[in-house]
Amino acid sequence: MNFLRKTLDNIKKPFAKGEKYERFAPAINAFDTFLFVPNHTTQKGAHIRDAVDLKRTMVTVIIALLPALVYGIYNTGYQYFIQTGESFTFMDAFIHGAWKIVPMIAVSYIVGLTIEFIFAIYRGHEVNEGYLVTGLLIPMIMPVDIPLWMVAISVAFAVLIAKEAFGGTGMNILNPALTARAFAFFAYPTYMSGNKVWVSEASNVDAISGETILGSLAAGNSVEYTFFEMFQGAIPGSIAETSTLWVAVGALILIATGVGSWRIIFGGIGGAALMGFLFNLWGANALMSFDWMNHLVVGGFAFGIVFMATDPVSAAQTNQGKWIYGILVGIFCILIRVFNPAYPEGVMLAILLMNVFAPTIDHYVVEANINRRKKRWAAAQLKTA
Amino acid sequence: MSKDIRIRKGFNLNLEGEADKILVDINPSKTFALKPDDFFATTPKLLVKEGAKVEKGTPLFFAKENPRIHFVSPVSGEVTAVVRGAKRKILEVVITDDGANQSVKHDIPALNDLDAEQTKEVLLKAGAWPFITQRPYGTIARPEDTPKAIFVSTYTTAPLDVDYDFLLKNNKAEFQKGIDVLAKLSENVTVTADASFKGFFDKVTNADVVGVSGMHPAGNVGVQIHHLNPINAGERVWVVNPEDVVNIGALFATGEFSAQRTVAVVGSSVKNPQYYKATIGASIPALMETVKVEDAGQKRYINGDVLSGTATSPEGYLSYYNNVFSIIPEGNEYRMFGWLPFVDNNIPSMSKTSLSWLFGKRKAKVNTNLNGEERALVVTGEMEQVLPMDIYPMQLIKACMIEDVERMEALGIYEVVPQDFALVDYSSTSKLEAQEIIQQGIELMIKEEG
Repeated sequence: MNFLRKTLDNIKKPFAKGEKYERFAPAINAFDTFLFVPNHTTQKGAHIRDAVDLKRTMVTVIIALLPALVYGIYNTGYQYFIQTGESFTFMDAFIHGAWKIVPMIAVSYIVGLTIEFIFAIYRGHEVNEGYLVTGLLIPMIMPVDIPLWMVAISVAFAVLIAKEAFGGTGMNILNPALTARAFAFFAYPTYMSGNKVWVSEASNVDAISGETILGSLAAGNSVEYTFFEMFQGAIPGSIAETSTLWVAVGALILIATGVGSWRIIFGGIGGAALMGFLFNLWGANALMSFDWMNHLVVGGFAFGIVFMATDPVSAAQTNQGKWIYGILVGIFCILIRVFNPAYPEGVMLAILLMNVFAPTIDHYVVEANINRRKKRWAAAQLKTA
Repeated sequence: MSKDIRIRKGFNLNLEGEADKILVDINPSKTFALKPDDFFATTPKLLVKEGAKVEKGTPLFFAKENPRIHFVSPVSGEVTAVVRGAKRKILEVVITDDGANQSVKHDIPALNDLDAEQTKEVLLKAGAWPFITQRPYGTIARPEDTPKAIFVSTYTTAPLDVDYDFLLKNNKAEFQKGIDVLAKLSENVTVTADASFKGFFDKVTNADVVGVSGMHPAGNVGVQIHHLNPINAGERVWVVNPEDVVNIGALFATGEFSAQRTVAVVGSSVKNPQYYKATIGASIPALMETVKVEDAGQKRYINGDVLSGTATSPEGYLSYYNNVFSIIPEGNEYRMFGWLPFVDNNIPSMSKTSLSWLFGKRKAKVNTNLNGEERALVVTGEMEQVLPMDIYPMQLIKACMIEDVERMEALGIYEVVPQDFALVDYSSTSKLEAQEIIQQGIELMIKEEG
């Protein structure tokens, strides 16, 4: 360890203050700090500090994402082989999926991190770890057959417009990963919707329909999957969102570690269940009478509410606000699904919409606190007067 | 008799190096110093020159903001140095003890014959006024004000903080006398004590004794005020440290300024953590003659607790108010892969990304490593867990950062001091310097209000 440290210190010499490559220090520091927690000590404020930092938090999110990602890789292969009708093993399916998905992840990280590094050097701050999560989320919510260059452009759009234009990590209004998906959705609709994009190579294989459940419901068809199949996730869909089971495992990790807000997650589930239930009572069409429990396990709802709505930067920031925000995401998700058949996947638009309104929710929560205090002041003045 | 209060949020840092309940005298200190920086938002105006002979109780400087407030010498001797920093700012007024032990005598009438104004006059004249601080802002109280309450908190929750029931065991009479003096200044004197064991404070008369329980920062007097008698715009609450109640009591009993300052020397670098009977401004080298410190590695010496204290050099002086002196190892070392979740569980963490909560009972050995790097604010909701007040900490901090005075006022700046945000510093994922930001916010408020 000492040898490694010495080598690193030698490599870092030209990047030190006042040296030739000082400007590029954030780039080299980003790698160094992944090996070692730096030797920085407290200079002001509390003399001792918690072990938690942003790296630890972000890595926890990545760990929570892994079960859904691994299942998504397997499901990609599984969907491919059942449409061609070939016999296959678990490994066949997994390898097919990895062959498709690993390049997408690589492209997402390379493009996104390059932009992040450039901005860190340009602005003179350290590279923030937030993109480690965003960069993994983006491929996980794309259809498997989307060309890599579209992934690259979506990533660039999300990082530049949704994040850096607002001032970088911590300042963005919209969730960057969802912005990437929304960009692709509106810019390349033929690659992002329909019945030929959800199963690997579906457009090349002249086979059965690979439509998503919500897509076929919107088209007025009935669903052929049982609740458990939908929950377990062996259904067509974006890469890693199909399995509510493995998303729930991720949710447990996020809630147990306190990294994801349980208020948003449970608020969202409650809101969606309530809305689904109300529509069940109404029951005017196939989507309305789609059982409310099924609403929770199909499409991207579970993935969205667990991994996207809980993004602390773009969500509401007060505890009360988180409840309201979560419930509204759930309600709007089902509303959009039912009322707008052109966008059967409601959760993306519901979260982006609530991202925009999150500061408003917080505003009213904080205003209530301010009014409470002002009332107390007024009461005290009455008493002394 | 008020009802006890229980604070439900917060976090106790269980650290190695708690002081044993042994009280010894420190070796006589040759030099003493008053440091104007100990008095927040106070500009000193010198009354003595280098070489002047002073007695215990002779004014050394007064506050430019309020010339009635004098700061007096804790010992008799000679002013041997006035140490100045940048822009000739006074850092230390050093007095060399001449061993003569002479004091300025004050003729103090019996307490029963004094009204509030006369009591204030005695305190101001004797130099005991700086013992009284105020909320909002945590500055020295203004003698012109009439406080709506005076608070004395003997309940301590900061890491390795003292036990006042033990620390003041020989000063029970002076404590009661001091409370009687404070009762002259306000009808509403509140003494808070540990709800599970109030000790001798339970028998204190002339004050409302309230039990408090809960984790840090429940011992912070500001948190207690918030729950018992919250400060509204324009109101003042005065605060006195328990040992300074004793100093005030001793002044009225003897007619001499009392500068008693008992410090608990604590921290994992101290081999014999215990209580030392010292004097305000005593030199740290004199203290260190009896304190045994571990040899290996660099150390940080802190006047105060490890969360809100001030770093000092080992050649420096004890500060005016603190009863705790902490010594912990510096943490200027690298930790390989220390950012991985669930590693380095020996560092107490409020986050469940560490398993340290499983070892809650174990005493932790901590150092000054930042354990990460400063980042943009990303995680939300963690500050609320450690600020047990009806205040939105992140919104208040942001209001301070953008210097929006009206919003700071609306969000509750009157009720907080930097120490209340010490655990925000500690637990922040983004390594936010909350105490510094709040302090700058308060400085701005003082400037704006004039």
